[in-house]
Amino acid sequence: MRDILAHPRSMFSGQLRWVLIAIFVVLAPLAMKELELLTNFGLITQVNRALIFVALAQGLNIVVGLAGLLDLGYAAFFAIGAYTFGLLTWPTHDIEMSFFLAIWICALVAAVFGIIIGAPTLRLRGDYLAIVTLAFGEIIPALVRNLGDFTLTFRGRVLIEDYNLTNGSQGLTPLGRPDFSFLENLFGLDEGALNVGVNPTFWYFAIVITSMIVLFSAIRLNNSRLGRAWKAIREDETAADFMGVDPIRTKLAAFAIGASFSGLAGAVYASMLGAIFPELFKFQVSIFLLIIVVLSGRGSIWGVLIGGIIIATFDGVFLAQVLPDIFNGEVLPEYDVQSLRWVFFGIGLIVIMIFRPQGLFPPKSIETKIVPPTVESAEGVQNS
Amino acid sequence: MSIDNQVFIQNVIIGLTVGGYLALIALGYTMVYGIIELINFAHGDLFAFGFFISLTIFAEINPEIPLHGSDLYFTLPAVALLTMLLTGSLNLAIDQIAYKPLRKAPRLAPLLTAVGVSFMLEAIYAIWKGPIQIPYPRYFPKEDYMENEHVISFFSKLGMDITEWRIVSFTTKDLFLFGVTIPLVALLTLFIDRTRIGKAMRASAQDREAAMMMGINVNRIIATTFFVGGALAGVAGMVWGLYINSGRFTMGFEAGLMAFTSAVLGGIGNIRGAVLGAFIIGMIKAMSDSYIGSEWTRVVIFGILILMLVFRPSGILGSTQSIEKL
Repeated sequence: MRDILAHPRSMFSGQLRWVLIAIFVVLAPLAMKELELLTNFGLITQVNRALIFVALAQGLNIVVGLAGLLDLGYAAFFAIGAYTFGLLTWPTHDIEMSFFLAIWICALVAAVFGIIIGAPTLRLRGDYLAIVTLAFGEIIPALVRNLGDFTLTFRGRVLIEDYNLTNGSQGLTPLGRPDFSFLENLFGLDEGALNVGVNPTFWYFAIVITSMIVLFSAIRLNNSRLGRAWKAIREDETAADFMGVDPIRTKLAAFAIGASFSGLAGAVYASMLGAIFPELFKFQVSIFLLIIVVLSGRGSIWGVLIGGIIIATFDGVFLAQVLPDIFNGEVLPEYDVQSLRWVFFGIGLIVIMIFRPQGLFPPKSIETKIVPPTVESAEGVQNS
Repeated sequence: MSIDNQVFIQNVIIGLTVGGYLALIALGYTMVYGIIELINFAHGDLFAFGFFISLTIFAEINPEIPLHGSDLYFTLPAVALLTMLLTGSLNLAIDQIAYKPLRKAPRLAPLLTAVGVSFMLEAIYAIWKGPIQIPYPRYFPKEDYMENEHVISFFSKLGMDITEWRIVSFTTKDLFLFGVTIPLVALLTLFIDRTRIGKAMRASAQDREAAMMMGINVNRIIATTFFVGGALAGVAGMVWGLYINSGRFTMGFEAGLMAFTSAVLGGIGNIRGAVLGAFIIGMIKAMSDSYIGSEWTRVVIFGILILMLVFRPSGILGSTQSIEKL
């Protein structure tokens, strides 16, 4: 008891903290529903979107924050995840795979693309890597847009004619949603009772679980041998190479694992929206994710979680809904306040970069603490 | 001449015009990268600023369309100079406010700040002129040289009947675009090669600290670089507006990506490389638009960029930066 009085923060340590967080996470949708009724702002859908962006940012954090590889085209993996899900579940393609199977395939496909995109860039450093990833980030949405009506001719012979893979800029819709009809049969419920549709509360929990999978993997990876290898590469690639860290395998692993997070998040996002378009994966998305990672603190997993929720919710609720509500009513009735969104991010970015370049919640550098050898331990080594 | 050949010739002309304005933008990218190793993402938006500000100045003066007489020979160059001055000053101000405090910060910080500035500028243009396609009045008189009597008679003396080349057109606008871009590119090359400031720029690009120790005011050199780069992008925006007669607030991003690709293709930090790269990209764009389909142009350009970086990261003419340094 005295401990708690002396250190009030210790109340929130240990298991109690996790219990409180779990209660908060479970009760959050109820609170948000009440708030939505009070204020008329869409909250849960925006928090869902924010949590998807957090999962994406965790993947980017592995590439940029932990491995130190600058990726300016990360939305490409988001697009690959979402479109793989789209192709697997879009009724026109007659595959209509189950949600629960498809999301893992999406993660896998994104990881493979991570390796494909990562492989040619391995010899490059710094800005050159950024340029190549930027180029891939531009190519993937362009490909998606163009593969809606695809004709391939080779020496006058038509190999593929007017093939519609991605439905071009019209996008894919409808897409598969999680099917719980087996539970309906099991518990003898009415048909369609567990039809999730666009129910935001259901998607809240689905996305919380997805984010938790991603978060758990990120934490375990961060503390693993691979995580330390990433950080070693980030700090000094040549030195890490000398210490026996294989830079090629380590970097490829960062690209593949980072991409797989984003593939998983992309698939869940696609299913939640029920429709995807090439426009959803523009350069702005890559930059928005990079802003989350950099403003939150590169390399800090908890920082990216908290910073991501704050930034993406700020974007979706405050900038997109509250601000227009305030201004469009009386002050600027005609004006589209949402176009100020990037003005805010631009200014915020400049201010934070100038005053706190390491980000808002930078990682604690406990691991770099070196314990100096004591006389006994040194003697012990000599004697053994 | 067969239709195919005519189409090809027309594509070459288009490629050269695109290359010309891209070269002016690419020079700004490559100069800034050469000195402070920053991919200045906001640079393309200065091109858009040149477009919008010159449009505004023209609207203020409200000359007769098309320009003729003194308007053509005095007002037009005056507007061009004013556009260059304003765009250069804007770029200088951006550098002083946004990038200068971050000179010693990690590399990622100024890069992202530049992206922030770019998005901010685009949002401001959208507010200023509206998020729609903006028409740029046809101020520049257009006359097709292929229909000019003197040109026709000149070619007929050579035994060629160019009245049959219905697809090919080479207008006063094309000539104007070359007439602005090529001398400016040449002037900049001379400026960097021959003048004291140019020498100081090259020294700062090679080794900033050593240049500082030799008494070069590196801060002033960086400021000059931003001003000159911005001015070139601004005049490119104006010339392109007069040429294509239409634009929108995101035009800077598109042009910036292509110009940046040109700079990398030629070897980033290399002035001649940027110009060569711009004309190559201009040609590729024109050919791809015509023979493959404009929707594939981006894929083609970025595909070439990736292949270039993978197999020869220092670009065609070689970069002033070694990759190991990055």
